[in-house]
This record gives sequence, structure tokens and C-alpha cells, in this order.
Amino acid sequence: MSSPTEINGAACIAMVGKGCVGIAADTRLGMQAMTVGTDFQKIFKMHDRLYVGLPGLATDVHTISATMRFKLNLFKLREERDIEPKAFSTLISNTLYEKRFAPWFVEPVVAGLDKDGAPFISAMDLIGAECFAKDFVVSGTCPDNMYGMCESMYKPDQEPEALFETLAQCLLSAVDRDAISGWGGIVHIITADGVTSRRLRGRPD
Amino acid sequence: MADSRYNFSLTTFDKSGRLGQIDHALKAVENGDTTLGIRAGNGVVLATKKVLATTLVDEASVQQIAIIADHVGIAYAGMGPDFRVLVKHGQKIAQKYKRTYGEPIPVLELVRGVARTMQEFTQSGGVRPFGVSLLVAGWDQVEGPSLYQVDPSGTYFGWKASAVGKEQAAAKAFLEKRFDDDMDVDDAVHTSIMTLREGFEGEVTASNIEIAMAVPDESCPAGGRFMVLPVAEVGDYLDEGE
Repeated sequence: MSSPTEINGAACIAMVGKGCVGIAADTRLGMQAMTVGTDFQKIFKMHDRLYVGLPGLATDVHTISATMRFKLNLFKLREERDIEPKAFSTLISNTLYEKRFAPWFVEPVVAGLDKDGAPFISAMDLIGAECFAKDFVVSGTCPDNMYGMCESMYKPDQEPEALFETLAQCLLSAVDRDAISGWGGIVHIITADGVTSRRLRGRPD
Repeated sequence: MADSRYNFSLTTFDKSGRLGQIDHALKAVENGDTTLGIRAGNGVVLATKKVLATTLVDEASVQQIAIIADHVGIAYAGMGPDFRVLVKHGQKIAQKYKRTYGEPIPVLELVRGVARTMQEFTQSGGVRPFGVSLLVAGWDQVEGPSLYQVDPSGTYFGWKASAVGKEQAAAKAFLEKRFDDDMDVDDAVHTSIMTLREGFEGEVTASNIEIAMAVPDESCPAGGRFMVLPVAEVGDYLDEGE
């Protein structure tokens, strides 16, 4: 049996644009090579300008998304404000490290705008080692493919429309060379004015 | 809270609906040295006077204002030892928040944490309420300058200016007259020195009062920092005021 992070298959990318950030993921749910779902949610809205992608073991995707929702609901009631992306990244990192020796099998990607509208992205491994970047972060079962695509397609200061195009192309091309991710995708572009979400149709194989 | 099958709480309602222990704790506060706080537009000031048992006590060894984190501090009126317990507790709350979220604790969150502990000590068995009222001053990214008061019952309020301790009523009346929304930190320091002078037996010197402030500082993650003024700087303010 392969690693638990590679049973269900996933691909997720976050990328910074000009005053905006984008986050994209595929929608496949598999049991190893067998595809059992093509509309599996891997990106979750935490608040109006903060999204988290949770590629990994499907059962833990559900648990961690619910746990973070729970923590943020209490945070919002306590502090009467939305959490900052940086603080959220620290929070999820600590949540994962609490289970250092029996980890949740998810490798999250955080994308959001802070209170001043500045883009923030981060990614971490399944025990919460954070990785910050100015341009893009990737996570999932085809990181090499995604890195390769992002490194060749990324341009700094892209407007929301261009950022969508880049993200969509990077994701679709990366998953085409991965047998256990793909089957369409979703892209969220977060700007100060709101979020636009678009579904992508990918190769059905 | 309910660790045992018996309740040893001494804080029980009397027939008129009052909690004697809390009233007594407030009395303990009223016996304490006067402490006051003023929230100005660009900072918060805490000031307290040190009334020492004899002139033989080394004034420098008495510290009535404590630092909770880089951007928050508290002063008190009432029982010194009880204050120190709450200081340690507050410091731990602040560090826990920083450990969890990687950013400095908002002042209101710290106030809530400390107030919750003070409340628990009014309802738990085998303990007594804290004999202190706190003035919490700080600067954070959420609200900027903040000043809060926490009482032995666990009640907390936000203030533009407040006073606790022996001359709290007179000091509050004085502050009501002197407070001005356009004050800056320097004005607030002078006003607080004046307020302390009002009820002072003997002369106010740089070593028998303590002054602290929370001021903006872009280099700090909270956007501000809290500092207790060294004796020399308190002296400078005293000289300016004359």
C-alpha cells in the first residue's frame, strides 16, 4: 500500500497576483487507480478573503476542514473579526503538529488577502512545517509536475484574469501527467472586491 | 471547578443578593495605593504611587506596574501578592496566544483571559477572590491604544481614563474634568502626575511614583510597545510640569 497521502490523489496550487491571490485544485477522488468521484471538494472557504486547500487523505480532508471551521467559528465569536491569513497558517500548522506522531494526512495550502489587502500564500507538510513564498506554492500527488508548470508559467503582478488563466493551465497540465489527480478542477481568484470561482473541465482519464 | 463533592466556596449570596466576599475584596482595593490610567490619541499612560511603610524601604525594589508582553502592561490597586499571581497568569495567556496564532494577543483578549480567572476565583471552592483591581494598558493591531479595568468580580470595562485605589473617587472626578479627546501621551503623563499630586501626602518625586506607557512603534508586530519609564525620565516629566 502506498502512502496515505497518495491513496485518493490530489493537486493544489496557490499563486500570487497583483492585489489578488488564486488557489486551484483538482476534483478527483480515487481509491488508488480507481476513480470513485469527480466532484470532490478540496478547497474550503475560511472567510471572505481566506481559502485553504487540503490535498491528502479524503477522510482527513473532511476532518481538518471541519476542525478548522470549528476553530474559526470560535475565533470569530471571541474576537469579532476575521482571522489574518498568516495567523491562520500558524494555527493550522500547530493543529497538525499536535498530531506529530500520528499525523493527519493532509498537506495544506493557504491563500488569502490580509487586512491591508496584501496577498499571502503558504503551504505545509502533513506535520505542519510551513513554507512561505512570494510567487506560488504547490501540494498534492504531482508536486514535480506542478512546480515545473508554475516555474515556467508564473509571471509577477498578474491581474486577476491573467492569474486565473495561468493557474488553470498549470493545474490542468500538471494533472495530465499524474494518474491519480485530475478529472477537472476549480480555481478561486480572491481579490479585495470579492472572489470569482470557476470550474475547469479536464481530461476524463 | 467542582473538583470535590463538597462545595467550600465562601462566596455566597446574602439575603439582599450581594456577595460579601466580593464587597470585601473591593474594600481591599480601596485600601491600595492610587493607580490611574489615561488613554490618549497616540498612547496609553499608567501611573501609580508608591506609599511605603517606612522611609527605609528601597523604593527601586518596589514595582507596581508589570509588563505582560511587548505591547501590554498592567498596574493595580490592592494586594501586591495577588497582583503577582495575575501577572504570571497574564503573561502565560499572552504567550499561549502568540504560540497559537503567531501574532501578538489583542489587549481585549488578554483582559478577557485575566477576567475569566478572576471570575473563577469567585465561584470556586477553597479559594478567595483576588484583592486587586487591574488597569490594563496596551496597543494592538485591532484597536490601537486600549485601556481596560478588571475588578475582583471578573467584571471588565474599557475606559478613556480611570483610577483605582484609595483616592479613586477623587481621582476619577479630577480626570473627568481634565480628560480631553485631543490629548497626546505627554499631556496624559502630565495630567496623571497632577492627579496623583491631588491626594498626595508629602512631595511627589521621581522615585515615589511609577509611570508606564503604551506607544505606537511600527517595528513591533503589535504596532506598539509598552514600557515602564526609568526614574530619570519620570524626573524629566516632573521638571517639565513645574
